[in-house]
Amino acid sequence: MQNRAKFGAGIGVIVVALAFLAWLGYGESKTYYHTIAEYQTLSASERSHRMRLAGTVVDGSIKRGSGRVDFTLEEQGKMLRVSYVGGDPLPDTFVDKSQALVEGRPGADGRFVAEHVQAKCASKYEAAPGGDKPAPSGATQRSSM
Amino acid sequence: MDVFGSFTLLLAFVCAVYAFIGGIFAIKTRHPLLIKSTRQAGIATCVLIFIATLAVEYLLFTDNFSQAYVVSHSNRDLSTFYKVAALWSGQEGSLLFWSFLLSVYIISVLIAYRNKNGELMPYVGVVLAGVQIFFLTLNNFVENPFKTLAIVNSNGLLESFTRMDGNGLNPLLQYPEMVIHPPNLYSGYTGFTIPFAFALAALLARYPGEKWIHLTRKWTMVAWCFQSLGILLGAHWAYAVLGWGGYWGWDPVENASLLPWLTGTAFLHSVMMQEKRGMMKVWNVWLVFCTFLLCILGTFLTRSGVVSSVHAFANSHIGPWFVGFLALILFTCFAAYFKNRDYLKSENMLDSMVSRESSFLFNNLLFLIACIAVLSGTLFPVFSEWFTSNRISVGAPFFNKVMIPIGLAILFLTGVGPLLAWRKTSVDSLKRNFGWPLIVGLFCAIACFFLGYKDGASLLCLFLCGFVFGTIVEEFYRGAKVIHVRTGMGMMMAAHELSMRNTRRYGGYVVHFGMVLVFIGLAGSAFNKEAQKAMNIGDSMKLGQYTLVLQSGDTKAEKNYTAQRMIVEVLKDNKQIMMLYPEKRQFQGTEQAAGTMVAIYSTLREDLYVVYAGMDPELNVPVIHAFLNPLVKWIWLGGVWVVMGTLLALMPNRRTVLGVATVPQPASAPITPALAPGVTLREGHD
Repeated sequence: MQNRAKFGAGIGVIVVALAFLAWLGYGESKTYYHTIAEYQTLSASERSHRMRLAGTVVDGSIKRGSGRVDFTLEEQGKMLRVSYVGGDPLPDTFVDKSQALVEGRPGADGRFVAEHVQAKCASKYEAAPGGDKPAPSGATQRSSM
Repeated sequence: MDVFGSFTLLLAFVCAVYAFIGGIFAIKTRHPLLIKSTRQAGIATCVLIFIATLAVEYLLFTDNFSQAYVVSHSNRDLSTFYKVAALWSGQEGSLLFWSFLLSVYIISVLIAYRNKNGELMPYVGVVLAGVQIFFLTLNNFVENPFKTLAIVNSNGLLESFTRMDGNGLNPLLQYPEMVIHPPNLYSGYTGFTIPFAFALAALLARYPGEKWIHLTRKWTMVAWCFQSLGILLGAHWAYAVLGWGGYWGWDPVENASLLPWLTGTAFLHSVMMQEKRGMMKVWNVWLVFCTFLLCILGTFLTRSGVVSSVHAFANSHIGPWFVGFLALILFTCFAAYFKNRDYLKSENMLDSMVSRESSFLFNNLLFLIACIAVLSGTLFPVFSEWFTSNRISVGAPFFNKVMIPIGLAILFLTGVGPLLAWRKTSVDSLKRNFGWPLIVGLFCAIACFFLGYKDGASLLCLFLCGFVFGTIVEEFYRGAKVIHVRTGMGMMMAAHELSMRNTRRYGGYVVHFGMVLVFIGLAGSAFNKEAQKAMNIGDSMKLGQYTLVLQSGDTKAEKNYTAQRMIVEVLKDNKQIMMLYPEKRQFQGTEQAAGTMVAIYSTLREDLYVVYAGMDPELNVPVIHAFLNPLVKWIWLGGVWVVMGTLLALMPNRRTVLGVATVPQPASAPITPALAPGVTLREGHD
């Protein structure tokens, strides 16, 4: 019985310590997904979150400047102006009309400041099932497990 | 050929259904002919799936562009090598490939054990047929790879038509590793079906003895080996192709492949508790069940796009099928468990905190927590949406914060566990066993500190790597010395002989050694450096002890792409050591398909990783992005050792006839059963 208590305590300590670390990590990295329509109606406190938004890059909207890339995302008729300020080069798949996922925070001038951009080609490699709309798949797809 | 393929798939489905239903009757009636015929139906299912898979390959090789799958994933210019790989580059083909690999396992099992384990095999056959029915349902009725193209003609009727050429294979997949990585990972995923079938069958049949646990362990090792290799090859592909300088991003699809690996690894350890001490039977059965469930979950996450990822698979309608299948397996497992749980009663209790048993217990606990952490992090967006209507994801900091301490603790146990005795370990033996390894560990940590690796977690990791390495060497040394003294063999030969006599134990140590190398590589990631610069021809950039000079750029046309290549000279201490050629590839006939080819100068100390990141839009000069990643090569080397160790562990033990013969036996002493425990005692140390 004493052994059981010892094991219980050992296991308890490990679980609590790791749960605490998980909670810290969660606080540090939690990111909200929003649609562009939702984004425009967020309250001030909700706007302080780190978030992810997805949309289609508007044709001809990509302007590359020094240290930043500006572009506009469109989703169901709603527009979002984005400035990408991250250090990594933009993916090869990030081009006009590609589907992009941006991660960052709202900036002061109404632009969304993105630190990460993932892009998926409006692909011909795999068509969406049951529709003619291109699937969010493509060149960034590893297509396997 | 498409009609033929379609028909074989349908026939395979019918055979699988017969194997399943007939198998249940065979178990009830125990009619030998029925048992035989259901087994043969199982074999026929596998053969038919092989034929269907060959039919898809035939369509790909003959450029049959009336086929939707061929059009979507191949074109005339695609090389032979990648035409083979086109099979698993899309949804329908991947699922067929799943069935194909599963059939390879199933046919091996059905044929190898056709005259063995008579009571168990009908149950195994039924479980395997059940899994096949699910995948064949998807292959036949949901994601059929044999769809032909059709258009509506002027009369409003459907008419088949043939395209001139296909869309081609996704350029990111046109890389040699993409041809071998998916088959490995799939072989891992599918392979865990076999241990699952044996465990569930043994539980349902209340199969006496421990035979099934040996079989389960053996097949788990096979699947585990493929899974490990698949994960590492995937990491290497991400490293060499995506051009972001990293190899692991806690991406949902990567996580999905890690989950069954974690529970599978836990099982390979805890199974020893059952074999040696008759403990943890319930736990082991559930680990095998969970591993299989996680394989199906992993396939589901990868193929259904339920959690968006850089892999970003097409949203598809296979999701509900997988959820249904998962629920069905879980229900079956619970039902079998509650019906026969008395069969899994433990024979022993834990004796001491400092014992082999407790080290296995903590090892399992850590693997399980790791699995839960990765699973919850991966599915967080889904669950948060259910409960709060907000879709929230967690990123790398979450995973790193939890997984780094767990990884270090497991590494610590890797060193400690094998040196602890079963039941209880005395303080004396602790001192005797851990003295040298601790010195080796400390030496490693101090040496690394002076080499400039000054980061707390990394130094701790390197210390533990040294410590574990010390324990492994000590184990080999001790065993080899005994053989050396007895037989007069040289120490190296003795170590070889030792490994062959107990392949499982020493194979395990080789795997541990491989993991030590992997951990050394992971420890290096704390010291990554990078630099990026828009460079004119002749410009230079410094990174660590290297200087990169952009010499020139050129363009070369290949069969199905044009490469823009930068020629970068690498200098170290003002001496030229290397030329690197990072590329951007523009694939023909496609506006958007571009690919990055990274140039890597790899040494044991560090990788110099150079990417041509495109033209700077303002200055109109090439941008070179360079990374200096210490110790990465150790990860890939570790992978090789992990595979070799697993292969060694799978080999049968060499009989120790010589050793027994040289021990003089009193002529009068009868051969008593007491000799048998002697043998198990020696082995009992693994």
